[in-house]
Amino acid sequence: MSKYDYVPEPALVKGDHDFASLTRLVTDINLRPTPKGWYLAMIGANALLAVLGIAVGYLIWEGTGVWGLNNPVGWGWAIINFVWWVGIGHAGTLISAVLFLFRQDWRTAINRFSEAMTIFAVMCAGVFPAIHVGRIWVIYWVFPVPNQMAMWPNFNSPLLWDVFAVSTYFTVSFLFWYVGLVPDLATIRDRATDKIRKYAYGIFSLGWTGSNRHWWNYEKAYMILAGLATPLVLSVHTIVSFDFAVSLIPGWHTTIFPPYFVAGAIFSGFAMVLTLMIVARKIYGMKDIMTDDHMEKMNIVIMVTGSMVGFAYMMEFFIAWYSGVEYEKAIFLLRATGPYAWAYWAMMTCNVLSPQFFWFKKLRRSVGFTFFISIVVNIGMWFERFVITVTSLANDYLPSSWDYYSPTIWDILTYVGTFGLFFTMFLLFLRFLPMIALAEVKMVIPQADPHNYDENHDYQAPKVEIPTPKAVEA
Amino acid sequence: MSAPAKKKIEEQPKLHGILGEFRNPKALYDVAALTVKSGYNKFDTYSPFPIHGIDKAMNLKKSKLGWIVIGHGLVGFCGALTMMYFMAVMDYPMNISGKPFFNAPAWVPITFELTVLLSAFGAVFGMFFLNGLPKLNNPLFNVDRFKKATDDGFFICIEAEDSLFETEKVKELLKEAGATHIEEVYD
Repeated sequence: MSKYDYVPEPALVKGDHDFASLTRLVTDINLRPTPKGWYLAMIGANALLAVLGIAVGYLIWEGTGVWGLNNPVGWGWAIINFVWWVGIGHAGTLISAVLFLFRQDWRTAINRFSEAMTIFAVMCAGVFPAIHVGRIWVIYWVFPVPNQMAMWPNFNSPLLWDVFAVSTYFTVSFLFWYVGLVPDLATIRDRATDKIRKYAYGIFSLGWTGSNRHWWNYEKAYMILAGLATPLVLSVHTIVSFDFAVSLIPGWHTTIFPPYFVAGAIFSGFAMVLTLMIVARKIYGMKDIMTDDHMEKMNIVIMVTGSMVGFAYMMEFFIAWYSGVEYEKAIFLLRATGPYAWAYWAMMTCNVLSPQFFWFKKLRRSVGFTFFISIVVNIGMWFERFVITVTSLANDYLPSSWDYYSPTIWDILTYVGTFGLFFTMFLLFLRFLPMIALAEVKMVIPQADPHNYDENHDYQAPKVEIPTPKAVEA
Repeated sequence: MSAPAKKKIEEQPKLHGILGEFRNPKALYDVAALTVKSGYNKFDTYSPFPIHGIDKAMNLKKSKLGWIVIGHGLVGFCGALTMMYFMAVMDYPMNISGKPFFNAPAWVPITFELTVLLSAFGAVFGMFFLNGLPKLNNPLFNVDRFKKATDDGFFICIEAEDSLFETEKVKELLKEAGATHIEEVYD
């Protein structure tokens, strides 16, 4: 006998489910009356959304002086929060596109959910660059549309690249999400009994019939979109990192930024998916589809990307020393020991240390522990952006111009308010749209494969063949 | 044509095709192959998810979508470069810290993004175009049972437009293939 046991791939859907029971499990949520708890959550989310409205309104009324920005630190919480939210968004595209190209069928359980998260996170991110310009009424100057000065945007500026990258990212993510939704909206259309739902889902499902001639083009479109979204998602956070890397500020002007930002984005995004998934699957009883195996796989991704981020932190330090540039060396020493050392060590603890616990299978499969770490990771990733943005600016070339940056209440309220926007959108999503990509989940259960039927068209569960281990030659 | 005669025609519903329901993906796969073998080509199968390999059983040609996407991608690529060249070199050149007006490396990100954006439009709208969607009215929606096609039903519809179409023959074919339910679909 072998020392090792053969571990078959765990079933993607647990429990005794067939197509009809999956349909009921997912779409009943959208068809039954709104639960009271949803209203309570919505009131909370709307209250936070109102906070965002007030904070943004006051900012526009008074100007960016209400924020804690000072002379060396011209970029504060606005850019930190922007990068943080955009980074969170990246997990959705990674799950829906990259894992699709790698034929990771387990993604079907969580892709709808995380794509929705992507879209709402990018919305929250988009708030910050829009409002930080100060004069929001001329925000259209960032787009190549004719204006009264007869001037065009500066195509050499990374900030303008960002405009194109983030708006393309939002549009493509939205289209990808909608394409996935169409067959599932048709399912709700066909199950709906009241007039309003029949009309609404009928219009948005565009008359989808489930024709296999249509599926044929559909699958092609899905694959092409996945192929397009994969380089797109990498480009977006690369361009976000260019906002920093293309400048000449010590600690920013480094070539490691694009890969390190992308790894960090996936790291924080997976953590956010887990935070939301663990709560939602409990409330909506989705444990058969969003299983502990999914959680474990995602925890492994968190561990890998967390280690990549940790490696990047150490590499930055090494290169700062190896480059021999005084300012570069100084800024990294100041990060670890200077006025913001508390933030640096918070970042190191949350991002480098905490994911290492996932080397233990027991912890990877522990729901409570995963939930805890998923929140710790997102706190850590917020601190990462804080450390990068603030330390480099606060302690620049001339010590006489150094200053300490702290946020005001308006910085904090704007940030807290974006959670209101995020959760309002997310609650609407959970209520009105199927939160699981139903057609895709049906496709990966064994009953969907024609090979699992005999000549009389009766279902035969696939047998797991356990290979006999080869004798080890001495 | 006089008005009463027109009304009479409307009263007689036109046969759209024969709809057969099957038990599972394998049964649908087999009947699709049988339908092709019997010489029909105006038919379609309906299932809640794409069935693995049914394209071969139905003898489907490769999707043309790739061509639509590459066309759109090229428009995005050339359009982005043309736009930037016109704006930054021809219409209103600005000297920004001595950089060249035609600054190709700095234009890479925007060119890339617009190529991806237009390609994605091509993929999504091209797919809906090839599928003839949106099409909110479909004779199949008159059949109550067809609602199962988005849940757990597997259907085939052989259409009356097919040159070989004969109601009885088609019904016989579907019955022998093991259809659990056969129904005529009217416009």
